[in-house]
Amino acid sequence: MTETTPDLMLSNAYQNWYRFSRNPTAMIGLVIVVLCVTAAILAPYITPFPDHVGAVTNFRARHLPPSAVNWFGTDNVGRDIFTRVIFGLRISLLLAVVVLGIAIPTGTILGMAAGYFGGWTEIIIMRITDVALAIPPLVMALAVAAVLSPDLLHSMLAIASLWWTWHTRMIYSITRQLRTQEFIEAAETLGASKFHILFREILPNCVSAIAVKTSLDCGFVILVGAALSFLGLGIQPPTPDLGTMVAQGASFLPDFWWESVLPGCAILFLALGFNLLGDGLRDLFDVEDVR
Amino acid sequence: MSAMLEIRNLTKSFPTHSTFGRQTGEVKAVADVSFAIEKGQVYGLAGESGSGKSTIARMIMGLTRPTSGAILIDGQDIAGQIGTRAHGRRVQMVFQNPGASLNPRRTVAQSISVPLVAHGFDRAAQPRRIGELLDMVQLPQAFAQRYPHELSGGQKQRVAIARALAVAPKLLVLDEPTSALDVSVQARVMDLLTDLGRAMDLTFLFISHDLSLMRNFAQRVGILYLGQIVETGLTAEVFERPTHDYTRLLLASVPVISAEEEAMRPIIPLIDGEIPTAEKLLALRGQATGKDTP
Repeated sequence: MTETTPDLMLSNAYQNWYRFSRNPTAMIGLVIVVLCVTAAILAPYITPFPDHVGAVTNFRARHLPPSAVNWFGTDNVGRDIFTRVIFGLRISLLLAVVVLGIAIPTGTILGMAAGYFGGWTEIIIMRITDVALAIPPLVMALAVAAVLSPDLLHSMLAIASLWWTWHTRMIYSITRQLRTQEFIEAAETLGASKFHILFREILPNCVSAIAVKTSLDCGFVILVGAALSFLGLGIQPPTPDLGTMVAQGASFLPDFWWESVLPGCAILFLALGFNLLGDGLRDLFDVEDVR
Repeated sequence: MSAMLEIRNLTKSFPTHSTFGRQTGEVKAVADVSFAIEKGQVYGLAGESGSGKSTIARMIMGLTRPTSGAILIDGQDIAGQIGTRAHGRRVQMVFQNPGASLNPRRTVAQSISVPLVAHGFDRAAQPRRIGELLDMVQLPQAFAQRYPHELSGGQKQRVAIARALAVAPKLLVLDEPTSALDVSVQARVMDLLTDLGRAMDLTFLFISHDLSLMRNFAQRVGILYLGQIVETGLTAEVFERPTHDYTRLLLASVPVISAEEEAMRPIIPLIDGEIPTAEKLLALRGQATGKDTP
């Protein structure tokens, strides 16, 4: 296979970027996501009190309201909440990356196999998918935590073990539509292997749908992750986590509202960013499919 | 005489189902069809929509399994070879709609490389071979990096032809290769196919409902009506002295422009009422067994 010439790739990429950049909500989403990811990566360098990540206590500075020094105020042991929120983004993003890193390849391969091969392959894969869809991820995470121990890794695996089902269903329906298309039949008559048809003919036609769903899913996974931490099933203290901070701060409501509301806003902000980005990508690819 | 393609008593029936899924009967899409194409010839298979033309093409390509009958390519029965490289090397197909037969997410070069990869063509020599194939179908080399949506219908169909010829098959099935194209583009695509046929010593099965196109392109024709060949022979003979009512009707419905053409048009006895449709004939078949003559 020859490589696409750089100038043409550039012009296509530029066209897409131009259309994307004209969509204000998509751009807001992109800015939020880039901002959060950068902040999470550079957390030790950009936060005012990087040492507050650990089990630091400073009881003289506890429950301080937001100020120029402590932008988001301090918590019940005097740690800077802004610092901990930025570090908390790391856990949320890690959760999204791990869960989707497992769920998307699994769901895509199973969905393509079920949609393309049909027959028993389809029946077995899709019935398992239906059963898995019936279990809420949060309940699964609770069950896993009860059997093993409350731990971030266990929670991530529990969510990932159910999250692939949505991708399987989506890719399955796309593949079913593609299977009867002439270009798939043409590839068959040309002698292409099953591997080629699945990964070179069908997969490129699923990429836009996967990109949109991934972006939207990041938001949802982060919310589920925050819910898990709130219930105490996420990463264990003192490592900062947005959901855990909301849970701990909640006991000091309403007097010290910033301790739970501001980390909550961070969750909202991050999930919103991914959702806006996903919507923007969907608009972009919808146009592309029409032309 | 040696036949490149021989079709013997080919039949394909599809079961019909009632609303609740009970099998109520079957539709014979192709009923006991036999014909042969000699090496280097163009055989035209004509008929209206639903006459079974495409089903025959799909069975030759192995996309649909015949209910009964045999398909021989170059003297060999294809029954045990469907999906094999050997089958692909002997016969390829150009699909009706080039917009649908090329993957929208793959470049021209990527599409043409599919048969090269599948047939174990040397990877390093592929770009050169793709260039040759583009030359062959008279497309500029720069098209290799384009996506289908950047090409016109005629250009897409040329890419599809290049792809079908990449492994140098002996038989090429053309399933209405020009019906999705503008009339002005049709002629040029057909000219290209004629030239390529001569240069590569190809045998064509040309499926179309366009009788004027068939008259110029095919040496022999078969007229397909409701899954049966009702008339076959040399193109000139069939077109000038049609013996079957249905052939006459088809010929009479070809639009003509000039007075000479009008004069050449066969005089047909007017048939009372409508042309029998498949549904009506099925009903008739249910009442009376035996060979049905429309």
